[in-house]
Amino acid sequence: MNSAVIVNIIRFILLILAQVAIFNKINFLGFINPYPYILFIILYPVNGNKNGLLLASFLLGITMDMFSNSGGVHAAACVTLAYLRPSFFKFSFGLSYEYQTVKINNRLTPERFSFILISVLTHHIILFLLEIFRFSFFWNILVRTVLSTIFTLALCILLIYLFKPSKKN
Amino acid sequence: MQQLFVYIFKNSTRLLFLLLLVVSLVLTIQSHSFHRSQVISSANFVTGGVYERINSVNEYLNLKTENEGLANENARLKSLLFNFKDTTKVIDKELLSRFGNYKVFQSKIINNTYNVHENFLTINSGSLNGIKPDMGVMNSKGIIGIVEHTSKNYATVISVLNVKSQINAKIKKTSHFGTLTWNGKSTGYVQLIDIPRLATVKKGDTIITGAQSIIFPENINIGTIHKIYTDNKTNYFTIDVKLFNDMTSLGHVYIIENKDRKEVLQLEAQNKDE
Repeated sequence: MNSAVIVNIIRFILLILAQVAIFNKINFLGFINPYPYILFIILYPVNGNKNGLLLASFLLGITMDMFSNSGGVHAAACVTLAYLRPSFFKFSFGLSYEYQTVKINNRLTPERFSFILISVLTHHIILFLLEIFRFSFFWNILVRTVLSTIFTLALCILLIYLFKPSKKN
Repeated sequence: MQQLFVYIFKNSTRLLFLLLLVVSLVLTIQSHSFHRSQVISSANFVTGGVYERINSVNEYLNLKTENEGLANENARLKSLLFNFKDTTKVIDKELLSRFGNYKVFQSKIINNTYNVHENFLTINSGSLNGIKPDMGVMNSKGIIGIVEHTSKNYATVISVLNVKSQINAKIKKTSHFGTLTWNGKSTGYVQLIDIPRLATVKKGDTIITGAQSIIFPENINIGTIHKIYTDNKTNYFTIDVKLFNDMTSLGHVYIIENKDRKEVLQLEAQNKDE
């Protein structure tokens, strides 16, 4: 057990608790909720074990599903995001991202912003598509996705800044 | 064989992803298609416990409205009692218990959602308290939903604000009955469908539960008629019903058990078999 694993476990639990206790109850305008719990997947170490991330994401999603009685909606969205994460890294940071140790929780650069934006957008599209599951609600899905994405994005960036580890060097 | 292992090892991430995705999609489709088969629900030990902790904090903020609600209900019951013609006439309790078909439990809502299309509530009593699936949930203002899953200490309730919920309801004045559904749009309004065109409906009429329901007793308040739509294709009205209950703030609830439910269901099943 090294410190990265412990940090990730603590982050996992804290994010779920914060999501359930605070963010699920916001209901801005009656239906807009942010989902900053996916910060766990975004902040997972870049060179970490991919299968580990997939399993952890599934666990994260299924826990959220239990709390919100939604079947496997969150799990599907989280697993997809976790699987596509490396491609998003390539898209945002260029091909050689693995060698230049990317850190997400650092100063906000356009690359980092685009990475978080794509991640949040992907997750939310899948989430709302599966949650509503009816094509008659197409505009509803679109509106929810866009508004929640803005909300989640702002909160994610805010949270990253709030809990940025203190500068050691 | 060896090649197969090499292939699996090489593509382990992709295979794991596909496996997990299929599992979660199956769970999703199950939860959408038929409400009996939902596996992942908030009526378990962990989630129920967490919700109960959170609710114990939130409860303080609603004490005032909760008290007002109780006082109002007491006043209503008292006025029923005082206006009862013969106040000396006391109903024989034994007689009541022999004919009483309904048993009422008291419980508390510890989690409430109303922002998605399929909304559920979590209550803090479960099978140990005698709660079983398909019991009705209501409070002093009107109906709230139907119990879906139970664990030892918790239960989940399908809210009336759930596109899957279907409850038999009727217009108080004319006794024309239809089905109460929700179109997923506003938390204050539900829809009453299949009301025949020959019924006289007026804005402001009260909607109550119908006699066909084997979950709810008859004549429980639901709401008032807000808007009437006529469907040209069918001979039915669709009515927007304004709920008496504010579904966004709920506290203590009553859970109703219909003791005759099993018997009625058995009888109806016999009819189907023939």
